[in-house]
Amino acid sequence: MPRQEKKLDFATQWQYAPAPESTEHVRIDPQYDLYVGGKFVSPRAGKYFETINPAREEVLARVALADGADVDRAVRAARAAYAGRWSKLKPAERGKYIYRIARLLQERAREFAIIESLDGGKPIRESRDVDVPLAAAHFFYYAGWADKLDYEFPGRRPRALGVAGQIIPWNFPLLMAAWKIAPALACGNTVVLKPAETTPLTALKLAELIRDADLPPGVVNIVTGAGDTGAALVAHPGVDKIAFTGSTEVGRLIKRSLAGTAKRYTLELGGKAANVIFEDAAIDQAVEGIVNGIFFNQGHVCCAGSRLFVQEGVAAEVIAKLKERMETLIVGDPLDKNTDIGAINSAAQLEKIESYLRIGQAEGAEIYQSDAALPERGYWCRPTLFTGVAQSDRVVQEEIFGPVLAIQTFRTPEEGMDKANNTPYGLSGGVWTDKGAKIFAMTRRIRAGVVWANTFNKFDPSAPFGGYKESGMGREGGLHGLGAYCALEDR
Amino acid sequence: MSMAAAPIRLDLDRVPRVDQVGVEERVARLNARSIKKESKVEALKLALSMMDLTTLEGQDTPGKVRQLCRKAMHLHDALPGLPHVAAVCVYPTMVGVARDALRGSGIKVASVATAFPSGMTSLAIKLEETKMAVDAGADEIDMVISRGAFLQGEYQHVYDEIVAVKRACGSAHLKVILETGELGTLDRVRRASVLAMQAGADFIKTSTGKVQPAATLPVTLVMLQAIRDHYAATGVRVGMKPAGGIAKAKLAVQYLVMLRETLGQDWLTPDLFRFGASSLANDVLMQLQKQRTGAYQSADYYSRD
Repeated sequence: MPRQEKKLDFATQWQYAPAPESTEHVRIDPQYDLYVGGKFVSPRAGKYFETINPAREEVLARVALADGADVDRAVRAARAAYAGRWSKLKPAERGKYIYRIARLLQERAREFAIIESLDGGKPIRESRDVDVPLAAAHFFYYAGWADKLDYEFPGRRPRALGVAGQIIPWNFPLLMAAWKIAPALACGNTVVLKPAETTPLTALKLAELIRDADLPPGVVNIVTGAGDTGAALVAHPGVDKIAFTGSTEVGRLIKRSLAGTAKRYTLELGGKAANVIFEDAAIDQAVEGIVNGIFFNQGHVCCAGSRLFVQEGVAAEVIAKLKERMETLIVGDPLDKNTDIGAINSAAQLEKIESYLRIGQAEGAEIYQSDAALPERGYWCRPTLFTGVAQSDRVVQEEIFGPVLAIQTFRTPEEGMDKANNTPYGLSGGVWTDKGAKIFAMTRRIRAGVVWANTFNKFDPSAPFGGYKESGMGREGGLHGLGAYCALEDR
Repeated sequence: MSMAAAPIRLDLDRVPRVDQVGVEERVARLNARSIKKESKVEALKLALSMMDLTTLEGQDTPGKVRQLCRKAMHLHDALPGLPHVAAVCVYPTMVGVARDALRGSGIKVASVATAFPSGMTSLAIKLEETKMAVDAGADEIDMVISRGAFLQGEYQHVYDEIVAVKRACGSAHLKVILETGELGTLDRVRRASVLAMQAGADFIKTSTGKVQPAATLPVTLVMLQAIRDHYAATGVRVGMKPAGGIAKAKLAVQYLVMLRETLGQDWLTPDLFRFGASSLANDVLMQLQKQRTGAYQSADYYSRD
């Protein structure tokens, strides 16, 4: 149907009043130490860094900066806990501890959701409905596996690896901690976890929760800091396995540093996912899927659907509807229950996104942003589209990690699939069509670890997650996620 | 001012597909909107102004209809600053009573017609009934489509009937009831919506209220999206009326959120959106009182008509 320019007016007289989630019952200490050997301990060098609320540019807390000596202390504590009690515990007993973490997390869900939104800038709607429930679900899921590993690996004897060093990103701080800690513990390993420097608070709250769950000291250790702290953890000889989620650039450094060692590793890296809309798709629902694909969590999602391919017969309609839908996205206070797009995680990330907005325009792309009002303070980016882009453009090739979508059209399915796969990444992808047979024919041709059909950004603890090519090595989640934390011996 | 609805050629070749799972997810996301304080009061008053206060019972009497009209004009005089409802909706034999009772109030008289609720009679009788209601003073006619013909794929027949009823309406506005509870799938809801709008419907309406399920949020979203696309293609603004099963103020606010985020400002008016309801008004009034005083009042303080 040809769409003429008849604009809908979403600047309505009837506006939603602010609906902020109350922070009254949430406690954030002025200063946090390292969690090592079941206790909060000061960093040896006495150094601290600040973590800020990106929506207000205000300091939330000072957090310990762990150096090599602190990392060494944490790895030793993890080793002692592994050799001491944890590796000798009956698997069912390990499971009980993990269940306890899961239940406590559910009980304190609201508190964790609020702190996640304060520290990271994501809307409370997402931290409340996605991050925290999914984190608890991962603990529940892997708790159940603790005493059933023999069934997962028939004929083999799964054995824990020892001490796992885990480095997680700032986009899903608590959820990534759960993805890493839950399978590691279920398989009998102990853990040293390093959260991202801009979002350490929910990991430190998780440390409090783990202490309350009465886990044996040293089973989970949390060291805060930036790149140097992570590098010290990767290089530490007492670590048996490295699990990293973050940028492809850092992933390369880690792989280089691990070469020649016996350490195992899983790397969850960047992405530039293709979301492919065929002309026989349910268009209104596909538009909603595009929105969820790229604007979820401000686009700070490694599997975000950041490249959109629309079959040309419906391209004009899809783009017009997408622009209309973008006008109803509310950008602002992450704690407001009506906020759709929260704050960009840090000043550095905002600068990176803005540089790509300039690059895209310099490359000749047409930019479209919604008219959303932005708060005065804080780091913000309106939802953004680029049209008229080419495969050779940087905004098409490179991961922007922001609410920025590059749109191209295609004529034949072959062309669509060819363009979709023409990327060094391969973490996720999406296919939209109302034809069942086409779903199978097309999804199998997308070279990516996760491919969604008629939906996007859906996660479940039982589903494996991971990338092809520069998007990483190994899988997390599901049964595959167990394999990453076990050595298999013959019976 | 937008163009008036008039029949255009029937063309169902490009009716978009609908994915039910996606529709339900969108509805869930819209329902997560938190509407508080002044924005809630504003929404509740808007809902009152959009109400088609309805009585469609075999036991309706002139006295009962007069009471309902009185309620339509004086929703709850203890609460100052309330709007009046949009219309009173009755059977054809009660149109004259309602017209007399509402004279000068600005409230419209709506009448069901076309062998409501089943539509199981001849076109001639449907047209005769429509004319009878219009002649008696109905400003708006709520017709039902022939669901049997629609489900058998006789789209032209259904379209022709609507066109004929529209002509019989003269200057009265036509609301076309799809009876979505009998259509079975959202794809059919979308198709019936397109058909009714092409046949010249001024409003499309979900249900008679006599069939379960009546109005639902997913069905309404699909119809609102059809209205949006019809507007984009033709420039004609068609109205929407969910009817049946909307008894609580909270649900009414959810409908308004959906309307606001699908069609925007132009549709946030009784000219283009109505609630077909019989018991919704009192719940809205109770919620307004609660917003004013902080306490719920007993239902006995609100007139039941």
